[in-house]
Amino acid sequence: MDSEQHDSGQGGDPTSLPSLCTQLRIDILEMIHAAGSGHPGGSLSAIDVIATLYECQLTHNPHEPDWPDRDRFILSKGHGAPALYAVLAHRGYFPRARLSSLRTFGSELQGHPVVGTVAGVEACTGSLGQGLSIAQGVALAARLDGRDVRAYCMLGDGELQEGQVWEAALSAAAYGLDGLVAILDLNGGQLDGHTADILPLGDVAAKWTSFGWGVRSIDGHDHAQILDALRWAKGRDGMPKVIIANTVKGKGVPFMEDQVAWHGAAPTDEQLEQALAALRGEGAP
Amino acid sequence: MTNAPTRQSFSAALAERGPQYPEVVVLDADLSKSTKSELFRKVCPDRFFQMGICEQNMIGAAAGLAMSGKTAFCFSFACFVAGRFETIKISVAYGGANVKIIGTHAGVGVGADGYSQMSLEDIALMRSLPAMRVYQPADDIEAAALCEHLCRTPGPAYVRLTRQNVPTIHADGYVFRDGELDELRSGTDLALFGTGATSAECLKAADRLGDSQGLSVAVVNVPSIKPIDVDGIASWAKRVPLIVTVEDHNVLAGMGSAVAEVLAEVGGARLLRHGVHDAFGESGSAAELYRKHRLDADGIAEVAVAARTR
Repeated sequence: MDSEQHDSGQGGDPTSLPSLCTQLRIDILEMIHAAGSGHPGGSLSAIDVIATLYECQLTHNPHEPDWPDRDRFILSKGHGAPALYAVLAHRGYFPRARLSSLRTFGSELQGHPVVGTVAGVEACTGSLGQGLSIAQGVALAARLDGRDVRAYCMLGDGELQEGQVWEAALSAAAYGLDGLVAILDLNGGQLDGHTADILPLGDVAAKWTSFGWGVRSIDGHDHAQILDALRWAKGRDGMPKVIIANTVKGKGVPFMEDQVAWHGAAPTDEQLEQALAALRGEGAP
Repeated sequence: MTNAPTRQSFSAALAERGPQYPEVVVLDADLSKSTKSELFRKVCPDRFFQMGICEQNMIGAAAGLAMSGKTAFCFSFACFVAGRFETIKISVAYGGANVKIIGTHAGVGVGADGYSQMSLEDIALMRSLPAMRVYQPADDIEAAALCEHLCRTPGPAYVRLTRQNVPTIHADGYVFRDGELDELRSGTDLALFGTGATSAECLKAADRLGDSQGLSVAVVNVPSIKPIDVDGIASWAKRVPLIVTVEDHNVLAGMGSAVAEVLAEVGGARLLRHGVHDAFGESGSAAELYRKHRLDADGIAEVAVAARTR
């Protein structure tokens, strides 16, 4: 009901998302290729959600990154940093030229996000399981101060194996934190294999429901569904929300899709060319 | 002279300051009656967050509150909170969050509950983290002064407090000086460096060494373990031939180690590190355990005499 009054400060155009996400995927692959290391699989699975959030939902101001009334996005699955950096650069938090410095000595673009180094990064993440707790604190502070601020937190599905996530899930529901929105990048993979083989997560939606969260399950690559879910998640109904984004690890690059080997590996020169060709073909009108 | 646990003194001071510092929030993990953070809850209930038995989440939520402009005091037993090292390392220290981690029930002074409720490693853990400052007040007056300092000073900090009573050893009007040694008594034959509960025991030990051995014993309280007072230690290394550090903590990587690191570089006095010698704790009264580990006045005096003749 209140989806319009909390519109993004930037007023993005949803119809531009498919082509934008193709460009962001190219950015991600070029960054990781230049760095010679990084995590393409989970960056490519997450990019549609992160881009949609920053383009069309997040109330923020790249020119005033510390604005107290901004919404926060915390990438708890910090290894997806290339996706976050690509979006932040696109939104103007820092020059796009800086993307190629990812993971290099002296760069602000650390291998995993570090608050204070790059405008727009809200928390130190990469040690899995910590982001949702921080987001809960942000939501508690917003409520205490009477600010209409949302705290968004993206989790990986492998990350759900960390116990701290469930501490936060229990606590946020107990506090009725409807300013808190978790987004689960359910890509089914983790470093050592598929989550189903490493430590099965069972019925994820049922788990969050039983913890007292509002749950919506979507196709995490369908921008209309993502936007619809983000609008739903703004509801002030006394419950924290989780959007379960069903995604494909390595999405957009056929030879990477659902291949856990691409969790944390950089493409070679040839692989990069092949990947970019596939993306450009797919991104053509 | 009062006789109170520093958990009580610190929490009372924080509750008293609650109205004056509206950005202060307090979190506890189902131990507020023991840590005494309930005193703040009674004064400022809207700024108190009961987090349940979820210390990791409490620390992370405190970081999130801090990143939204709050000064977040996070209470639990020292062992339970410092044990969540990885969360403190990334969410608090690396993020530079304005979170004050308050670990009560430090050391073997916990007593009857036994080792699982004691922390003999927390100083070691916390002082290893960049940006983390580490403090241990010796009495009610210093606990209140430290509380005031932390309310005014942003950034991550760890505070170590006692379960057991400690006597007042400071005068009213005492000013806490961050990063400085606190000289309680001058002396020339040796200096006893105490921290937390052991500072009062060091004073008594100095009396006994004076009475029984005719020794001139200085006593130095170390409330600021990190930053450590490098110049102050270097100065003491010139004033006395022997320094004995005394702490209710493992001698490995505690306050004594911090002093040793400085002495190794500046030279001067010989050092004996006294404390819990790489051992687990056990049940018993605080007095019995201080006797066993020679952390009481008699024990400290024995250790000091032995150190002089070594």
